[in-house]
Amino acid sequence: MSDKPRKFKGGVHPNDSKALSESKPIQQAPLLESYQVIMHQSIGAPPELLVKKGDTVKKGTLLAKASGYVSVPLHAPTSGTIKSIDKCPGPTGISVPAIEITADGEDVWESPFEPIADWMNTDPAELKQRIWDAGIVGMGGAGFPTHVKLSPPEGKVIDTLILNGAECEPYLTADHRLMLEQAEDVMLGAAISARILGLKTAVIGIEENKPDAIEKLEAVAGKYNITVQSLPVNYPQGAERQLIYAIKGREVPVGKLPMDVGCVVQNVATAIAIAEAVVKGIPSIERVATVTGKPVVNPGNWRLRIGTPVSKVLELAGGISEQPAKLLLGGPMMGIAQSSLGVTVMKNTSGVLLIAADEVSLYTSEPCIRCGRCVDCCPMQILPATISQAVENKRFDWAEKLNVMACIECGSCSYVCPSHRPLNQHFKRAKVEIQAGLRKK
Amino acid sequence: MSSALIAIISTGVIGITLGVVIGIVAKVFAVEIDERIEKVDELLPGANCGGCGYAGCADFAKAVVAENATPGQCPVCSPADIANIADYLGIVAEEKEKMVAVVRCSGDASKTVRSLYNGVRDCRSAVLVAGGAKGCDYGCIGFGSCAEACPFGAIEIRDGLAIVHPDLCVGCENCVATCPKNLIIMVPAAVETHVYCNSPEKGAAKRNYCKTACIACRKCVKVSEEGQMEVDGFLVRTNYDNPPPPEVVEAAACPTTALRNASMHVAGAYEGVLK
Repeated sequence: MSDKPRKFKGGVHPNDSKALSESKPIQQAPLLESYQVIMHQSIGAPPELLVKKGDTVKKGTLLAKASGYVSVPLHAPTSGTIKSIDKCPGPTGISVPAIEITADGEDVWESPFEPIADWMNTDPAELKQRIWDAGIVGMGGAGFPTHVKLSPPEGKVIDTLILNGAECEPYLTADHRLMLEQAEDVMLGAAISARILGLKTAVIGIEENKPDAIEKLEAVAGKYNITVQSLPVNYPQGAERQLIYAIKGREVPVGKLPMDVGCVVQNVATAIAIAEAVVKGIPSIERVATVTGKPVVNPGNWRLRIGTPVSKVLELAGGISEQPAKLLLGGPMMGIAQSSLGVTVMKNTSGVLLIAADEVSLYTSEPCIRCGRCVDCCPMQILPATISQAVENKRFDWAEKLNVMACIECGSCSYVCPSHRPLNQHFKRAKVEIQAGLRKK
Repeated sequence: MSSALIAIISTGVIGITLGVVIGIVAKVFAVEIDERIEKVDELLPGANCGGCGYAGCADFAKAVVAENATPGQCPVCSPADIANIADYLGIVAEEKEKMVAVVRCSGDASKTVRSLYNGVRDCRSAVLVAGGAKGCDYGCIGFGSCAEACPFGAIEIRDGLAIVHPDLCVGCENCVATCPKNLIIMVPAAVETHVYCNSPEKGAAKRNYCKTACIACRKCVKVSEEGQMEVDGFLVRTNYDNPPPPEVVEAAACPTTALRNASMHVAGAYEGVLK
């Protein structure tokens, strides 16, 4: 273990509720009859469709190819026929185009590319191309195409690769289980990423509430020349900027990216996906997600194919024991509430969370009492109270001056607000309006 | 001399001197204002809605006098107002058709599936977190971003649905850009009959979450003359270049009541028609 990490200013300590699922080993989900693969799975441009209705596909067949540099291809999660190319409920509440595949039950595999066994002597550009071809996006939640992250523009020197194993989001334990069960793959993925970036080492940051994962990774870290760094438990410790500050003491300026301070941050699940794509030749068609919450009969961690409907995911976990009040994709702090069980697992779905009726209340938003708790807890050190008032008055210019663009939407301010103000939503709105204004100019 | 007298005289002298200076400056640097601008500004409605594209009525008046704009560009002016301005300026008033806004959705809270939403009561904020918490991706969210933007109070939110009052609407178009679902269009005020639906989805899919969606059954197309109603995929629209008469609504007996006459829609005549 290396030096004591720095503590970033602010943050909150919500009840983590990880005990529900952290001791459950990852289970492989059985093959389903059909999958609805959402076309657009990354932050970049939507991919270009290559298949049509009635086509036969194999597991791993390319369904859609990247339509630009910041875009990732999409592969079939199983073998079968394309039943339809229609719409399905998307994670943000609006229907999105999706490819429905009826599985033939054979699960015949067709690798879109050959494994690269000798990755240590392979050209980094080829490794990067492989990551792109495999359709890997940041699996922590943002869905940023991984090959773009590994391509710093010319003139920017990257000196640190940080693996993000903080998993600060309450309830979620998927990354924790992955680190325990696939420690070697995490390290392998980290080493491959380091080779692409021209680095010899990497640091992996883990919150200290996962001592078993720290121990496990330390046991294998030496072989790959990777340091394991334990981090204090503080939400949002796993946010890119906070993680870089904790480990390297560098602050990423507002409007800049981690690569501007010489850092690249990768989630541990992404590292495993990289290792599998390179060494085993498997594209990104599966991910491990936590299925949890009080109403879930058997909370646990499941290896799910992309395109698995949430209704089926809940069936896997034994169904529900009581009527839930809320369904979230992701954790309780940053996850998005869903209004349909038809929404399907995507490459960046880290969890499916049900909240029971007695765990949530319908609050009405009250006026700000100027207590300043949001200011104390904001990890980006902006003024949530003042900005929310600016947004309420539709003064987006004022919000911009108050640096609303620095907001990482971690939700800490909404969590502590005694007046139950929808602060996070105000900031989302302000960011959208400001960006729309910039596009007009 | 008493000190009081000194004070009075010196203040008086300073006052007179400054007065003369101000008088000279006012003459030399006088700003010439075209009196016609003031007069045209008086004749304009003074709503400062910005519907003409200028920064308020005074700015528009300046443009009209400079002949960069025509009086008819003011969406609020009645034809009589425009004629007054044109007469005053000695130009020919052009004919202008009055336009009004129409919200192409009839799915109020009683007719559409909605999920519980407890966030910011503003359409543009709501679409960011839950797509508006409405079953239909294309329909009116009903938190009234358009009503707030309307400087004339012409938009009413009734049971979670925005309804434009054509008699109050002046056609300034302020509401058009605020709708995150792009539901509001400007149509000639003379046209009564509109299809109050904007979802391009298949009829069966729409019916899952909305009772008043247009299912493109074409009943209205059949009873109207050719070209008056246009079919666009799974949606029928009024052809505003060749609009159907208001009687079409009754003749077609739209099974979902998506086809409505604006005045009846405002009066709530279609409430309770569907089971």
